[in-house]
Amino acid sequence: MSKARSSLARTGAVHVALIAYTLVALFPVFLTIANSFKSRNAIFREPLAVPTPETFSLIGYETVLKQGDFIGYFQNSVVVTVVSIALVLLFGAMAAFALSEYRFRGNTLMGLYLALGIMIPIRLGTVAILQGMVATNLVNTLTALILVYTAQGLPLAVFILSEFMRTVSDDLKNAGRIDGLSEYAIFFQLVLPLIRPAMATVAVFTMIPIWNDLWFPLILAPAESTKTITLGSQIFIGQFVTNWNAVLSALSLAIFPVLVLYVIFSRQLIRGITAGAVK
Amino acid sequence: MGSLQLKSIRKAFGGHEVLKGIDLEVKDGEFVIFVGPSGCGKSTLLRTIAGLEDASSGSVRIDGDEVGHVAPAKRGIAMVFQSYALYPHLTVKDNMGLGLKQAGVPRAEIDDKVAKAAGMLSLEPYLARRPAELSGGQRQRVAIGRAIVREPKLFLFDEPLSNLDAALRVNTRLEIARLHRSLKATMIYVTHDQVEAMTLADKIVVLSAGRIEQVGSPMELYNRPANLFVAGFIGSPQMNFIEGERFGDASAKTVGIRPEHIGLSRERGDWTGKVVHVEHLGADTIVYLETEKVGPLTVRLFGEHRYEPDEIVYATPVIGATHRFDAEGRAIASAEQGRILPDA
Repeated sequence: MSKARSSLARTGAVHVALIAYTLVALFPVFLTIANSFKSRNAIFREPLAVPTPETFSLIGYETVLKQGDFIGYFQNSVVVTVVSIALVLLFGAMAAFALSEYRFRGNTLMGLYLALGIMIPIRLGTVAILQGMVATNLVNTLTALILVYTAQGLPLAVFILSEFMRTVSDDLKNAGRIDGLSEYAIFFQLVLPLIRPAMATVAVFTMIPIWNDLWFPLILAPAESTKTITLGSQIFIGQFVTNWNAVLSALSLAIFPVLVLYVIFSRQLIRGITAGAVK
Repeated sequence: MGSLQLKSIRKAFGGHEVLKGIDLEVKDGEFVIFVGPSGCGKSTLLRTIAGLEDASSGSVRIDGDEVGHVAPAKRGIAMVFQSYALYPHLTVKDNMGLGLKQAGVPRAEIDDKVAKAAGMLSLEPYLARRPAELSGGQRQRVAIGRAIVREPKLFLFDEPLSNLDAALRVNTRLEIARLHRSLKATMIYVTHDQVEAMTLADKIVVLSAGRIEQVGSPMELYNRPANLFVAGFIGSPQMNFIEGERFGDASAKTVGIRPEHIGLSRERGDWTGKVVHVEHLGADTIVYLETEKVGPLTVRLFGEHRYEPDEIVYATPVIGATHRFDAEGRAIASAEQGRILPDA
């Protein structure tokens, strides 16, 4: 009985800790969304209050939708993020498969070389990247952003996925070879479905920095037609006056696509875990 | 249809040589078992035959055709793996038919062959299920079915029973023996379990450290082991090895005698010994002795016998049942060998 009580106490403590963490993590999100529905005066008078009938206002959203091509910014962000994730997952998984499956000279060195990007931030190469983009006429295109983000996401993807690839049974791949599957078919049909949880993890890790990035859109694609949502929101932050209603509304809107993508990937993650295993 | 020739197969990983020149001939319809301790190279040899590993040198011929540069799927082989290796996303039926589908066989023909194989293995009720919904024994039957459907020249089994529990192991063993009789196919089977080797094989290949120690029928290996390694590996409990001089035979370095070829008596015998431990198995009683003359000795008695530890007993070897080995561990041929007298 004492054992049951102590385990109850322990579960309780764990839950308290988790709930506290959830509150801390959700607080800024709550603050952003709540204040985005308030009038400017109400934001400054009582920043922590929820909107009431007196303070409720959609002025921020109206500004956001009127000023600038907000839908366009949105599209740009979604295109850049989705295409980058797709490329990172595809090339990352292929590189990881080659590194973990085939014995070739320089295998370990190649793996280290590909993982080097985890330790060296890509922003150190900004000047060279910009020069390269200017030389190839890619400035102010979404392609420039996609290329940079793919490069940025690959090292971690290769590193995580190659560890997971090693756990896929050799017998399964060999059975595929004996049944006449090509190496591509083995990769796409046998190996990828088994490492889907790892793919979902990598997708989430890759997605968030890309969606939130301000640096490369500002430098590589600041044109009106290629602005991403993070860059687009910046027009409301001025040197002397900041339109807080608009900023908060823009940020609230920017949260939703990430949320949707996250829900998709986390469901994949769970499905991957529960799928039939080898043994 | 389904012979195999291996000629001086060598395989090295980095600087470490795993196979050190393997020569072997397998005739059509034979059931050949590779047996040996862990790390002796038996699985590597099987993978080399399958084409999953390339030999560093040497040639593999299936039906007389050199297959060194032929892809595994084109060699006319089928393989059953220890971990079953079923495709988790396919149903039992699709698992069994995938090889034929890849080879471009018409749908109707595939269905026909899958149905026939499923019938042989009583898998019909499970054809629509996925591997995750099957028990271990059923999965291994599906893996065997997948091999049968391909109608290969060579069946390769890589420790197929190791993941099954003891009762299933016996059943599946019988099933494989029955399949071999009904299909009359050539089968090559890797195991470290000598019971599987002795019960299934037409021909056993004993491997050790990348070399073939001896090739022969189960009874040849039991009655006439070519060297100390085979003598010690085949037979359970292990053969007793006695120094030639202590045994009273100066012409041999080592004399071997199987535990079942020693008689035990409370009254008289050649060697006086003290009982160290007794194992009662029902059908057999295994007695471990410490003797003055020839050192530790294992004796296997048929049926139930009452012996107590610390008891003094007398052991006597059966005449003509001894094996003699020279200083290099090779068997010394003698007229007595292979003519074993019934237990006294």
